[in-house]
Amino acid sequence: MIYLDNNATTKIDERVLEEMLPYLKEDYANPSSMYDFAKKPAAAIREARVKVRDFLGAANEKDIYFTSCGSESANTAIKGVLNCNREKRHIITTKVEHPAVLNTYKEFEKNGYEVDYIGVNSQGELDIEELKSKLRKDTALVSVMYANNETGVIYPVEEIAEYIKSKSPDTRFFVDAVQAAGKIPINVKETKIDLLGISGHKFHAPKGIGALYVKPDVRFTPLINGGHQERGMRAGTENVPYIAAIGKAAELAQEALSYELKEVTRLRDKLEEGILKNVFNARLNTGVKNRVPNTSNIGFEYVEGELILLHLSDLGICASSGSACTSGSLEPSHVLRAMGVPFTALHGSIRFSLSRFTKESDIDFVIEKMPDIMKKLTSISPFQEELEVLRKRRG
Amino acid sequence: MWEYSEKVLEHYRNPRNVGKIDDADLIGEAGSLACGDSLKLYLKLDGNIIKDAKFQTFGCGSAVASSSILTEMIIGKTLEEAKKITNKDIAEELGGLPQEKMHCSVMGQEALEDALKKYYGKEEIEEEAGLPKSGDKIVCTCFNVTENQIWEAIKVNGLKTVEEVTNYTKAGGACGRCKGLIKDIIDTYYKKEVKEEVLTPTQKILKISKVIDQQISPQLQKDGGDVELIDVEGNKVKVKLTGMCSGCKNATMTLKSFVESVLKDKVDANLEVEQV
Repeated sequence: MIYLDNNATTKIDERVLEEMLPYLKEDYANPSSMYDFAKKPAAAIREARVKVRDFLGAANEKDIYFTSCGSESANTAIKGVLNCNREKRHIITTKVEHPAVLNTYKEFEKNGYEVDYIGVNSQGELDIEELKSKLRKDTALVSVMYANNETGVIYPVEEIAEYIKSKSPDTRFFVDAVQAAGKIPINVKETKIDLLGISGHKFHAPKGIGALYVKPDVRFTPLINGGHQERGMRAGTENVPYIAAIGKAAELAQEALSYELKEVTRLRDKLEEGILKNVFNARLNTGVKNRVPNTSNIGFEYVEGELILLHLSDLGICASSGSACTSGSLEPSHVLRAMGVPFTALHGSIRFSLSRFTKESDIDFVIEKMPDIMKKLTSISPFQEELEVLRKRRG
Repeated sequence: MWEYSEKVLEHYRNPRNVGKIDDADLIGEAGSLACGDSLKLYLKLDGNIIKDAKFQTFGCGSAVASSSILTEMIIGKTLEEAKKITNKDIAEELGGLPQEKMHCSVMGQEALEDALKKYYGKEEIEEEAGLPKSGDKIVCTCFNVTENQIWEAIKVNGLKTVEEVTNYTKAGGACGRCKGLIKDIIDTYYKKEVKEEVLTPTQKILKISKVIDQQISPQLQKDGGDVELIDVEGNKVKVKLTGMCSGCKNATMTLKSFVESVLKDKVDANLEVEQV
């Protein structure tokens, strides 16, 4: 199997699995208990918090709160901050956020908040000037993802943070960094970001664990009320094995960053070049340099995405698509639509996302097979004349 | 991951009858590139028998499989037989489709209908399917779905909820603004069906009489006229206009656009009113 869908989820690193196993087996004590038996789990949480602190470049480990997933991190940040600042009723976000964020703002919009959604250009880059122009005195929260999950485009969150704080110091700034963590260096203490969320399973921890960074002076309310865990900001008995796992995964991802930036980028670029060279109806939906190393989004014109995925799957290749048919929602990707990707390529857009486990031979295999798949699938398409024009244009 | 049947897998992997018939006698189209799937169906006739069929599809696995199996189903059939094929038959032949993918089978049926319309004429095909006369109206502007398409999907598949209609026709699947309209169409359809099924001839006469007494007469009386039920023969309702109505120049209009339309709406859409 060739797994090129690492923006959906990743394989658990063996070393991460080793790290969590003791807490699923013998060391099952509740870390809040007073006996010696609870010491190991309690220490595991402390260590994990330090590791995630270092991974995100936070100043203190108490700035890190463990959650169950990226969506919980986002919901805690957004709802928690808005609850503490009820006079301000204006929010700025982007059109291309993950649904976990976007749908949360849609709810606030229904409840009387005014939300500005900032657009992107055809390369998926954020319109920073538009964002700046929307900032107002009553803007409670600005929210921009660190990197886009579908295109991999990185947004200048540090610059945005600087601008917000220079104009409106009370406005909070939340960054959904789920697709950036483990792919590019993050160093929150060097920035004016107030809150930042991550998800473990995007960097080789298991599903079911996330974390939220909150700057020390930023007030927020908990999403889940109850016990004293996470300093009263996230109740519920700590999920010790998974917390240990995200700590270990963070440590390993930090170590692998230079490999990610160099080698994964090289493999991704090789994949893009190979496909564009050999497949006449392929187009890069975005080719900007400023992308996370592992993500590529390619549109195959006049062919539908799910059909491509099924044929890839028949060859053991896993990828994903922005097409309507794969989501069950009937609508194609909101990100690609915000970019204005033409209909001819929109429904046939495929996202390949690599990881540090991707092998050169995996990439070679996909490059080799893609022309055959496209030859077969374009022959079924009713748009033969349009395809012929493309074929001629490519020579 | 969808749960596709073995047959769907077989047909998207090895679609039958792919391509174009250059001298096709009938061509049917459905869907569009913008909406994410479209199908072109080519038929070659020998008399009224479909001698050959080919297709070209832009769409997902189940759209290709639906198109492919449809060509197999119609080759060798007479046009009369092909006319009877519904989306349900296509889905069944494929060993079933996931609910969210039923619209692929509907696209197959629509392309076939579109081809047959060119042979039989639009009116006949629509009348046979029992579609509302005003049904060309677009209900879902995101996916260009007409009232007729929704009506037919409800009728063929026994759809009861808006979500089911979305699964079968895509209508309501994007902005969702037409969901209220879809609900109305579902309600209208079932009201109509209940009326047609339940009423015995005697019940029908009683109901007509009640509607005239309670809803039609009072309105006419306001203008100094009235109407009297004389007889009901099958779907023919014989009435007599009285009072001011009897000599009125607009009597025929009153009869058709008021008396008849109220009875059609409240009792049975097939009723015809005539004056005796």
